[in-house]
Amino acid sequence: MSAEAVTPPPTEPPIAPAEPSTFRKAMKQKRFVAGLGITLLLVAFVIAGPYLAPFGETEVAGPPFSKEGVLGTDYLGQDVLSRVMYGGREILLIALFGTLLGMVLGIAIGIVAAYAGGWWDEVIMRLNDVVLSFPQILLALLVLTALEQPTAWILIVLVGVSHAPRVARLARGVALGLVSRDFVTAAEALGEKRTRVIVAEVLPNMNAPLLAEGGLRLTFSIGFVGSLGFLGFSADPGAANWGQMIQENGLGLPTQPWAVLAPVLIIAIFCIGTNLMADGIAQVAQRGEA
Amino acid sequence: MTATEQGPATAKAPTGGLVVEDLEVMLTGKDVDVVDDIDLVLHPGEVVGLVGESGSGKTTVGTSLLGYSRAGAVISAGKVLLEERDVLAMHWRDMRQVRGEEIAYVPQDPASALNPSIRIGKQLVELQELRGIGTSESRRQGARDGLAEVGLPNDDEFLSRYAHQLSGGQVQRVALAMAFLPKPKVLVLDEPTTGLDVTTQAMVLATMAELCRAHGVSALYVTHDLAVVANIADRVAVMYAGQIVELGPRDAIFSNPSHPYTRALLDSIPHLSQARALTGIPGRTPAPGARPAGCRFNDRCSFAIDECRTAVPALLPIADAHDVRCIRAHEIGSWDISRGTVPDADPDKPREVILSVEGLDVFYGRTHVVHDVSFDLAKAEVVALVGESGSGKTTISRSVGGLHKDWKGTIAFEGDPLARGARQRSALNRKRLQYIFQNPYLSLNPRLTIEQIVKRPMELFGIAKGKEATDRVVALLDQVALGPAMLRYQASRLSGGERQRVAIARALAAEPDVIICDEITSALDVSVQGSIVELLEGLRQERGISMLFVTHNLALVRSIASRVEILQRGRVVEAGPVVEVMDNPREDYTRTLLNNSPRID
Repeated sequence: MSAEAVTPPPTEPPIAPAEPSTFRKAMKQKRFVAGLGITLLLVAFVIAGPYLAPFGETEVAGPPFSKEGVLGTDYLGQDVLSRVMYGGREILLIALFGTLLGMVLGIAIGIVAAYAGGWWDEVIMRLNDVVLSFPQILLALLVLTALEQPTAWILIVLVGVSHAPRVARLARGVALGLVSRDFVTAAEALGEKRTRVIVAEVLPNMNAPLLAEGGLRLTFSIGFVGSLGFLGFSADPGAANWGQMIQENGLGLPTQPWAVLAPVLIIAIFCIGTNLMADGIAQVAQRGEA
Repeated sequence: MTATEQGPATAKAPTGGLVVEDLEVMLTGKDVDVVDDIDLVLHPGEVVGLVGESGSGKTTVGTSLLGYSRAGAVISAGKVLLEERDVLAMHWRDMRQVRGEEIAYVPQDPASALNPSIRIGKQLVELQELRGIGTSESRRQGARDGLAEVGLPNDDEFLSRYAHQLSGGQVQRVALAMAFLPKPKVLVLDEPTTGLDVTTQAMVLATMAELCRAHGVSALYVTHDLAVVANIADRVAVMYAGQIVELGPRDAIFSNPSHPYTRALLDSIPHLSQARALTGIPGRTPAPGARPAGCRFNDRCSFAIDECRTAVPALLPIADAHDVRCIRAHEIGSWDISRGTVPDADPDKPREVILSVEGLDVFYGRTHVVHDVSFDLAKAEVVALVGESGSGKTTISRSVGGLHKDWKGTIAFEGDPLARGARQRSALNRKRLQYIFQNPYLSLNPRLTIEQIVKRPMELFGIAKGKEATDRVVALLDQVALGPAMLRYQASRLSGGERQRVAIARALAAEPDVIICDEITSALDVSVQGSIVELLEGLRQERGISMLFVTHNLALVRSIASRVEILQRGRVVEAGPVVEVMDNPREDYTRTLLNNSPRID
């Protein structure tokens, strides 16, 4: 009701500014900008880290749990700062690709279920519920314990598959509100192909809530991959990995807390950054759908 | 006591009722007024119709009488005097007391005003508890009396129903009963019959008018529907862009409208008794902050002169109790209600049938909703499907359009039977038959530009593509009176009327032979409806397009259609040329419909 009064479309402007994109609108939000800044900084840190690290990834810098170097050394005497600088790549890549995979799978399942409706919807969503009923980490552990040594790809698939049903629920909910709209019916009356109806008519109207969900899923992914590392599952057990570092150095917590705190803090900051971003987009999404 | 005091004729120093003085509502934090300079008197027992199109500020005025403004707006000046007390200056505790008890409000959508999880009887009892009416023993009886007054059943069974178990008209009458229970002095009704069909509307209006007269309640009836106002109001105030532009006794407003806006509005309204060439008002209602200087109507007014652009005209009397806000009110000549009438469609014109429907039965699952309907549509002809809600008119049109697949019977395009669903039909048949939806806010994809929307049917049916298609889009937009600047707009930036024009352009882009129009004007303002009807009539004549026009508005049928099918509960009860059916209805149902339709002629 107030929207029509606040944004009066001018009668005849020569050049009409287009409706700002979700990203533009989000850029006006402080929390989104802050989240984006934190995330970009950390990504830069993770990418540039290995080149700037004072020591090698597995290089011994002193006695175990000593105070040598900026953040001291870990249980094998490796430099903690260097380990932190090396240790983000695996987490970042797996979390990012895992999230992407999960989003794509989930969106596809959700929209198809919503658009097909009826029996298809029931069958797809009930199967979805079965997968959903497993705790995310349990499903991954089940697969991982059966394997000798997981590769990065397996971890990505695990992260993706564990996210998919959750994304699918949301995507279906959003799509359900759209598939019954007249513009979708209008496209069908014209005889548009079903795939085109989904891709060109339904999907573009879902981007804001899906972006927000994507940000949230990325946060979960980082925590998830970190947890797997903590439990000893990573693509390369010798390589540095934030999650693994927490577990490895737990013994020395009283004498060398930084060996644990440094990876914990960086995972926390990363999660806060992506979460703020997601939150900012979600706010835009709520306001924008008028 | 106030009821018997005086008639509405004496305007000076009323003792009862409500007096609004110089009311102004602004947007919060901005120097932009939503409504401005509102002076209005509601005499006891009098119904004042406040008429305006969307964006005119009529609802804002309505809620201001209760000292309420929606979020983002603030009542910045003026007085609302209820028996010498200024409602706006009251402490909120007193105001709360006044609201509902002395000034009652009936909202547009009563379904959302009633609590869905509390039984009707309990809601009526609670209301009396809150207002301290009666004793705990008498309140249940009070609820029964209240319901009886509005003509509803008042047995235990009805009292124990929930809001969703009532029909739209019943819900609205419950809302009326609730408004009348505390015996208010003033009643504000905000489009209470919008969305009800004519029979229910007539019933609610009769109930309301009766109660107002019986209890000496003054009522402000806010609506966009001039025909309703013509039937129930004693006096009429016409609003445009936040100001009252004309105020007078009902008969004066309809027989001698003196503001160009009032006249333009009346020109856009169809009559029941005769076909009219409807016209719209060019341009669109300016939003707060974008209103022109001087007279706010000057940029759309056909009588405007330079002087109109300089100063805001005052609301001055032109006749006894008839005020007009126009400096040229004395110069623009007289007006006649039957201006713009044209001969009715000729019933004896030879017909060349293009679309025929035979023995159509439609189902929703196991429910049989349309029974054995047959009719046909000739070239360059408009056939109207008319009926109340639930009569199956939209269901029929959706079946013809291939949007609903669960039907039996024959729908044939020039003798060639059509498949049930749109997807099973041939591309040629899909192209030749286009569908326009009721609500233009839902039928255009908000993420696509107007160019993409209008271009799509051309690409799909191989009519044109690329640059050529863009040129055609521009030509089509021009034909529906939209400028090429719209190409890059997203639908969300257009007004309802503009959106519906885009939807028409999209239908035309496929170069169809038949267009199905599903209540395409019911979500629009009357002046926009006028211009859309004008546009469709032009298209019919120029391109020879046939139309199946679904509507509940019989007056509109008279002006646009040449044949009409009257539907009741999924059956055709009467059919034939518009003139015959409307002038000499044979069926009782048709007669009832005609009698219940509000008329201004």
